Amino acid sequence: MSPAILFLLALGLGLAGWLAGRARAWSFRSAAPRGRLASLPSYHAWYVALSIVVPAGLFVVVWSIVSPQLVTQAVLASPGAASLPAFGMQRETLLAEAYAVATGAAGGVFRPEARDLVEPYREALIRMNTIGIAVTLIIAFLGGAWSFLRLRPDFVARTRVERMVMSALLLASLVAVLTTLGIFVSLVFETIRFFGMISPVDFLFGTHWGPDPMSDNPDPSRYGAIPLFWGTIYIGAVIAMIVAIPLGLMSAIYLTQYASPNWRKWLKPTLEILAGVPTVVYGYFAALTVAPAVRDAAQSIGIANASSESALAAGLVMGVMIIPFVSSMADDSIAAVPRAMRDGSLAMGATTSETIRRVLVPAALPGIVAGVMLAISRAIGETMIVVMAAGAAANLTANPLEAMTTVTFQIVAMLTGEGSFNHPATLSAFALGFVLFLVTLALNFIALRVVKKFREAYE
Amino acid sequence: MSELPDLPTRSAAYTQRLKKRYAAERRFKLAGLAAILISVAVLAFLLVTMTMNGIGGFQRAELAVKVDFRKTGITVDPSSLALPSAMQTLEAQDLPGAIEAFAQESLGEEGAAQLAGGAWRLAGEKIIDDPSILTREVVLHLPASSNLASALAGDGQMQLQPLARQLKAEGKLSENFDAGFLTRSDATDAQQVGIWGALKGSILTMLVTLAFAFPIGVLAALYLEEYAPKNRWTELIEVTINNLAAVPSIIFGLLGLAVFLWIFPNFRSAPLIGGLTLALMTMPVIVISGRNAIKAVPPSIRNGALAIGASPIQVVFHHVLPLALPGILTGTIIGMARALGETAPLLMIGMRAFVATPPDGFTSPATVLPVQIFLWSDEIDRGFVERTSAAIIVLLLFLLVMNGVAIYLRNRFEKKW
Repeated sequence: MSPAILFLLALGLGLAGWLAGRARAWSFRSAAPRGRLASLPSYHAWYVALSIVVPAGLFVVVWSIVSPQLVTQAVLASPGAASLPAFGMQRETLLAEAYAVATGAAGGVFRPEARDLVEPYREALIRMNTIGIAVTLIIAFLGGAWSFLRLRPDFVARTRVERMVMSALLLASLVAVLTTLGIFVSLVFETIRFFGMISPVDFLFGTHWGPDPMSDNPDPSRYGAIPLFWGTIYIGAVIAMIVAIPLGLMSAIYLTQYASPNWRKWLKPTLEILAGVPTVVYGYFAALTVAPAVRDAAQSIGIANASSESALAAGLVMGVMIIPFVSSMADDSIAAVPRAMRDGSLAMGATTSETIRRVLVPAALPGIVAGVMLAISRAIGETMIVVMAAGAAANLTANPLEAMTTVTFQIVAMLTGEGSFNHPATLSAFALGFVLFLVTLALNFIALRVVKKFREAYE
Repeated sequence: MSELPDLPTRSAAYTQRLKKRYAAERRFKLAGLAAILISVAVLAFLLVTMTMNGIGGFQRAELAVKVDFRKTGITVDPSSLALPSAMQTLEAQDLPGAIEAFAQESLGEEGAAQLAGGAWRLAGEKIIDDPSILTREVVLHLPASSNLASALAGDGQMQLQPLARQLKAEGKLSENFDAGFLTRSDATDAQQVGIWGALKGSILTMLVTLAFAFPIGVLAALYLEEYAPKNRWTELIEVTINNLAAVPSIIFGLLGLAVFLWIFPNFRSAPLIGGLTLALMTMPVIVISGRNAIKAVPPSIRNGALAIGASPIQVVFHHVLPLALPGILTGTIIGMARALGETAPLLMIGMRAFVATPPDGFTSPATVLPVQIFLWSDEIDRGFVERTSAAIIVLLLFLLVMNGVAIYLRNRFEKKW
């Protein structure tokens, strides 16, 4: 029984409860035509409906998570499961096959060993389905009956319903906190497991990166993440920013100070399209067009061994992607500089460009710096461009024409490989993710603080 | 009238300096214009490259094969063609062999060898669509092998190029519009791939994302903007949401891998898991834009409703929310467009498998459009370069439509109070 059907069942019962509750409320009104209900009939209806749907729905969610495991346990306890191999791929495939036959997804069993498991599976599935439906019905009935019996002409249903709505609102806003907590806990948990195998010192300060997901006793000297940190900073914070800061800043200056309102109306959204293009498209563009062009250019000036995957190609494209971020942050902070400062400078006889360079930009500098920090945090967390264009070799070099790898690239590489989940190579992805999370968090935190301080200074 | 004294503003040095300053002014202005034009030019270059490459991706090389079904002796009764087993019935009557024989007749031995594997299935589909072709002679356009296709485009294996030129001159080999690209799914042969499977996966994933991110995002925005007391806890929630909006998307992939796949180990690469992961990523965007939309509703509306006896919940749900909804929807669509283009978190939770059939539901293995683009971009075959660009065009068109709807909503319903 799929959870969707159980959900529909709960919703259907809720609808029945809604109708019953409203009918009950109307009957109060017709019984005492002059008497006033404390709440409108629809609030009585919603009270009954919510009392049914909320507990039943919660049960369905829990049940849909728990029941597949219960089914597997029941099958493993059956006599047919005794001949299964203790663990590994073989066992998983046999179970999956028997499951497919039992649910009717597959016509017949392929391996004879799976045949004995089909019947236990079928029985367990039927049993679990019956339990699921029965418990949903019981919970819905109890909730409905309890709430229905509480309905009275003087029952203040509105307050009750509004209290429920209020707790839903509060719960919804706590989801963000839960998500952050979830990210933090899962990353910390896996990182601690990783540091149990590889010491943090080797990881944070080693200069050689080349984990082997297949080896049985991992070599700590191959888990030095310095080349990854360097590649990330070099591509995201150096090359990309060399492109993005001048272009973004000058665009913002032109748009705010020189462009006529009509031009501005068209140019600004056009510039913002750059931020809306999916990163996988940028990655493909970098790999297909920019990287070969960079290689050819390097060869034409006499660098023979230029590789087709280079930090420069990835960084250039990433810089283009970041332009709108820098530009809109700079735009905001220049606009926040009080007009009197600008007018004062112009009145003293300074030209527009002198005003911008000597007055506006220095005054807006904290905001611009914060914008650049946000842009850097965006760039170092960017994945697809580097996965598709920067290469896999962990080189510790300052030559932008060589392939370089980044933290995000290695996270993808380590988790999409064949390695087992208990191997330090796989777990290293979580440690890298944790470092990335902390760094971007710190950058954002500082940037938001700077922006806040800067706004306050001019208010 | 006496001679004017030699004012500093008339001195030669001053004029010189003024000239310099104006030149600097012009240079600065030009630099600003150049910065914008460079950015726009890169965007235009990107779009033009993708379009030029992608147009070829909507076409495929097809060989014209003259087939006279009367000679094959294939007979089927029309009712059996409606069954799902129709293809097997045709295969049992040796349709593959018949197509092979006719291909040799019209294309010659070498040409027939360059039909794509499984090309007879297309003939089978034609028969299923219109059984009357069994009684006449028809010309079928069947996909060529990817080797011949790249020879036609002027590269690939040198020894095939004369054959490609000859067949083209005879009008038997041509690049035709390939409507099937939009209806088929992933395949190993660039000639026979399609994007429907990935597109359907994307649509299912987006539905899950919308179903979770929209209600939670809107409710959270309402709470924070309308009810939350100003205290430390509220501030914590606000800071968390702002930070969450800036967390790199790949981190959400790690969360999905560690939490969702731990809870639902059987749903690897299912739209349900992908959608949940993207929902967590999209929710902060909806909350932030939702709060701005709610903030824009003037307080007089709230005060008016309160004054005639509405409860705080009624004020918000009967008055504030409907007025703020266009703004919230605009933000939602923009967040969804971002989620639609997202690749990295979905790679983390295993949506990178080769999936040759469109997903049946929210829990069956699927891939999504950006991941499909990523997978094809890794293929070496030249045909995939065009197919990748074509898939990118489809993705960009979807994003364009979504953003267009968002802009329309904003312009149509935006109120100036």
